[in-house]
Amino acid sequence: MELISCKNISLGYDGRVVVKNLSFCVNSGDYLCIVGENGSGKSTLMKTVLRLCKPIAGEIVMGEGLRHNEIGYLPQQTEIQKDFPASVWEIVLSGTLNRCGLCPFYKREQKQRARAIMEKVGIADIASRSYRELSGGQQQRVLLARALSAASRLIFLDEPAAGLDPVAMEKMYELINRLNKEDGITVMMISHDIEAAVKYSSHILHIGEEPYFFGTKEEYLESDVGKKYLFGKQD
Amino acid sequence: MNVFETLLYYLSFSYVRYALIVGVLIALCSSLLGVTLVMKRLSFIGDGLSHIAFGAMAVSSALNISLQMATGGGMAQSMIIVLPVTLISAVLLLRLGENSKIKGDALIAMISVSALAVGYLVMNVFSVSSNISGDVCGTLFGSTSIITLTFSDLCFSLIFSAVVVVIFLLLYNRLFSATFDEAFARATGLRVGAYNLLIALVIAALIVWAMNLIGSLLISALVVFPALSAMRVAKSFKSVIILSLVISVCCAFFGIICSILLSTPVGSTVVIFDLAAFGLFSALGAFIRRAA
Ligand SMILES: Nc1ncnc2c1ncn2[C@@H]1O[C@H](COP(=O)(O)OP(=O)(O)OP(=O)(O)O)[C@@H](O)[C@H]1O
Ligand SMILES: [Mg+2]
Repeated sequence: MELISCKNISLGYDGRVVVKNLSFCVNSGDYLCIVGENGSGKSTLMKTVLRLCKPIAGEIVMGEGLRHNEIGYLPQQTEIQKDFPASVWEIVLSGTLNRCGLCPFYKREQKQRARAIMEKVGIADIASRSYRELSGGQQQRVLLARALSAASRLIFLDEPAAGLDPVAMEKMYELINRLNKEDGITVMMISHDIEAAVKYSSHILHIGEEPYFFGTKEEYLESDVGKKYLFGKQD
Repeated sequence: MNVFETLLYYLSFSYVRYALIVGVLIALCSSLLGVTLVMKRLSFIGDGLSHIAFGAMAVSSALNISLQMATGGGMAQSMIIVLPVTLISAVLLLRLGENSKIKGDALIAMISVSALAVGYLVMNVFSVSSNISGDVCGTLFGSTSIITLTFSDLCFSLIFSAVVVVIFLLLYNRLFSATFDEAFARATGLRVGAYNLLIALVIAALIVWAMNLIGSLLISALVVFPALSAMRVAKSFKSVIILSLVISVCCAFFGIICSILLSTPVGSTVVIFDLAAFGLFSALGAFIRRAA
């Protein structure tokens, strides 16, 4: 049984359809990259799968007993208020909240986990800084760390590379790759970095112009859409 | 008599001491809830509710005059109507706020003003009291009930604040997550809706409770000001909470003392203190940012 399966879903806002009649599924251990041009509905798709938006039609089923508290999520744009004072440490730690169960406070393992992840993402030195005073790239790292803290089976990343410098970006891809290969965490990533997408992913979902493409990376490289999107720049 | 002796003289009355304690407790609870409310951009709920509570109070006092004579109860029995109305309104206002398709703020302004108008009208038409404007003023700006605070009111206030503080401490981490980034919190399995609802209900209960002392118009100031002041300078959520709590409690304490000494209305004096604190912290925040 699939971890997530979407059957003939249509997405959109206020009746305006953005994505029509899309079907795909994600199995445990997959590394799915979602590609497509700006405004093609990638973020909307991710939000819908996370049940932050309602699909216009079709159904999304979460299988294998997947629960929301096993999911990590890096949103593309957050509605975080500009004047909200929160320290980096508080934000990353809040990612581990879904491991608390009914316990109202963080346990030691959760703090250790948050600390280790901050170390990996390279933000340990700014732990006590206020989020609103950080640079865009630093903020992105903080939200990435929070998403990693929350993910125990599945991680949703909406353009994780946005705003990162080349070194941090490379580190991020390696980190996600190891998470996927070693810890067996399923990855669903939206990316405009098509080269990194075909380098790391196992499956590709291409939305935007119809027909949509969904299949393994190898199939994508052979397909017309894939060739056009990958090598279109040279034509 | 010097100022200190005057103060001691007033404090020898139990109701003055009660007013001081209850005032500080109200300040404590409203500052805790205020941070969440302000940061979620839900402060309109506090404002709307306080107007609705006034309207409900007016209607209930009109309806309950006979009942009041029968039972002899003052504050407690009017709550039979005011509390449920305010709680239900809290739920409705929250729904309105979440539904972005409706212009939430305009609608709430409408509801607030209507509740005020209806309340004032009802008080005027049905009141048997000879001092209507005094009654209205008391409900809007507090003051009348201070001198009638009893020991049982004090006990109730202590229990109520203890409940609010415990709820807040237990939900502290969850409230942070739900306040900081609601989409993330929902996506990762937090029941944000339930927490929003709980906060709205607690704030409704707080307003009804505090209305008697501070007045329904001014209570929303107590909710909003300390949080806004603390946000000017604080760097983390925890420090906002602690700072706004300290600010709020200090303003309430010194505000009430000041109102005793100068015989000014309690509610507005406390709010003036909160306003002054806000000015102070805004300046401090600007100064820190410039220095950094
Ligand atoms: N909250 C919203 N209300 C109405 N329409 C929206 C909303 N958010 C997005 N849209 C519309 O839905 C379409 C898809 O948006 P979406 O954010 O999913 O695109 P995307 O594929 O993530 O683009 P990008 O590559 O720029 O991130 C766009 O045309 C956009 O205008
Ligand atoms: Mg997007």
